[in-house]
Amino acid sequence: MSEIAAHWNYYLVIILMMLGFYAVIARGNMVKKMVGLNIFQTSVFMLYISVGKINGGTAPILTGDPASVYSNPLPHVLILTAIVVGVATTAVGYALIIRIYESYGTIEDDELAVLIDSDEDACERANTEPA
Amino acid sequence: MMMQHLPILQVILPLLAAPFAALASRRHWAWHLTLVATAGAFAISLLLLATILRTGTPIIYDLGGWPAPIGIVYVIDSASAFVLPVVSGIGFIATLAARHLVIAEIDARDHPLFFAAWLLTLAGMLGQVTTGDAFNIFVFLEISSLSGYALVAMGAGRDRRALPAAFNYLILGTVGATFYVIGLGLLYMLTGTLNLADLSVRLADVENLRPAYVALAFIALGLFLKMALFPLHLWLAPAYSHAPSAVTALMAATATKVSVYVLIRILFGVFGFEFPYMTQAVGGLLLTLGLLGAFVGTFAAIVETDLKRLFAQSSIAQLGYMAIGLGIMTSAGIAASFIHLFNHALMKGALFLALGVIAAQTTHLSLHTIKGAGRQIPMTMTAILLGGLALIGVPLTAGFISKLYLIRALIDSGLWAIAAVTFVSSALALVYVWKIVEHAWFTERPENAPVLTETPGQWAQAWILVLATIGFGIYAGPLVEAAFGAAQVFGPDIIQATQTIEGLQIIEGLEGQE
Repeated sequence: MSEIAAHWNYYLVIILMMLGFYAVIARGNMVKKMVGLNIFQTSVFMLYISVGKINGGTAPILTGDPASVYSNPLPHVLILTAIVVGVATTAVGYALIIRIYESYGTIEDDELAVLIDSDEDACERANTEPA
Repeated sequence: MMMQHLPILQVILPLLAAPFAALASRRHWAWHLTLVATAGAFAISLLLLATILRTGTPIIYDLGGWPAPIGIVYVIDSASAFVLPVVSGIGFIATLAARHLVIAEIDARDHPLFFAAWLLTLAGMLGQVTTGDAFNIFVFLEISSLSGYALVAMGAGRDRRALPAAFNYLILGTVGATFYVIGLGLLYMLTGTLNLADLSVRLADVENLRPAYVALAFIALGLFLKMALFPLHLWLAPAYSHAPSAVTALMAATATKVSVYVLIRILFGVFGFEFPYMTQAVGGLLLTLGLLGAFVGTFAAIVETDLKRLFAQSSIAQLGYMAIGLGIMTSAGIAASFIHLFNHALMKGALFLALGVIAAQTTHLSLHTIKGAGRQIPMTMTAILLGGLALIGVPLTAGFISKLYLIRALIDSGLWAIAAVTFVSSALALVYVWKIVEHAWFTERPENAPVLTETPGQWAQAWILVLATIGFGIYAGPLVEAAFGAAQVFGPDIIQATQTIEGLQIIEGLEGQE
């Protein structure tokens, strides 16, 4: 029990990570997939940030006091970059969803699969009996 | 003065050109700018390769003057100098072809944005190869992937299936990249560093801790996804078959190869052969998945009628061979993978550029489309035929050199059964190449089929790569030497040293017979 209490941040991250990953895999709705992907990525951000934290540590600002304890700023900076990447990924993902909705009229995986199949069949027909 | 900044310049050049391309008010300017930037990057990477081959000492470039491990460094060594010209060279030749392909396939309004994304994806790939910082790899990986998703989606103007293909690619690509970051986070917790060279030194002290194994698993899995290793390959075929032809040529030839390179860098450059579980678990996994991928890809290509998808499936098989080379866990195996990485980039670049000539004229590119096309567009179809022969591994093509060194590396490690199976699966590629030959040359063109045309300006770029494939197939000495030099970066051992000598003797023997 104390083991879990000491590492509570890791358990939180793992739960969040699996929730997000499950949504990415199991959800048929593309928007929900994107939400899952965001949760999945955010759990990794939290993993990095919680690792940089030191109990009683302050912001890493030079004070001249050699005894001052401060959090490790590097994971925070890395995650700033990763957040930017995540925002860009989300933007591209939703842009694609909008375009998919415009051309197929659905953003459900199973309905889309049927439409893609009919596209393929149309291709087949066009190939075997050319106009 | 300029010389010392070359490692950064070849990444910066396409990166800086991208926003200007996006702002270009006339569509031709965007293409001209792209051509200049890619030509510059190609010239710089050749210069770097020449320098490394001459001096043999790695070039370390400290960004902003901050030395490692505090700052981010760019490292040009035998391995990265070997891969850079592959990426930038294919980028340059694909840009040459992009002119007519993009005019045919992309709405004129979108050309500036297309070339901006094109330059970004290239900059991202060059960055991944050059950088010596593990987190920097992730950033460049995402730069190249994000612009890659956009490029694939631009196929939607002709084929709306490009959109769901790009979306699936985005989901799986992001999951792969995130797995890589998780693994990296664990490594950072253990070692407190992100510099690849520093990581490998510090990891030796903690290599028996469980987080190190988990980190290896996450990083390997993430990169397997990115390199489309079976069974994580499902994003590849739809993305390649519905993307614009120029994009397919660029990505099929370079994107997965760069991921293979990053995998080599991390597996052997950071974890090393001595790492627990490396030989049995990772090596065994790479061999098994590589072999399965080789068969699944080849059989999928055999039953496929859509030509772009046919060669995309064959890419799965070829990536399987690269995985087998890594799975052998010797320098000879890594060298075989490097050789195949180079050759496969040439072959697939040539094949998809040649397919682009036909794709630009028809809506559906299938076996039916090319019925009897051998007489209408002989240069294009011959390029496809020669590229196909190289995929099988016919002697006098570069594909033969790849298979020769792969099978030799397998036999030298006592993996006879795998060598035999590899041989069988590459021979099976003959079936799908024969299907194309049969349709293109031994079938009458249907009377109502549209007339296909070709001009030298359209097939020339594919032929440059076809001739390179044949050239390196006949005169493979320098390529083999450079590949073994690249593999040597990841730990020279005795087997490897003797193999280089024997290998070169084989090549000289072959040249003697010419």
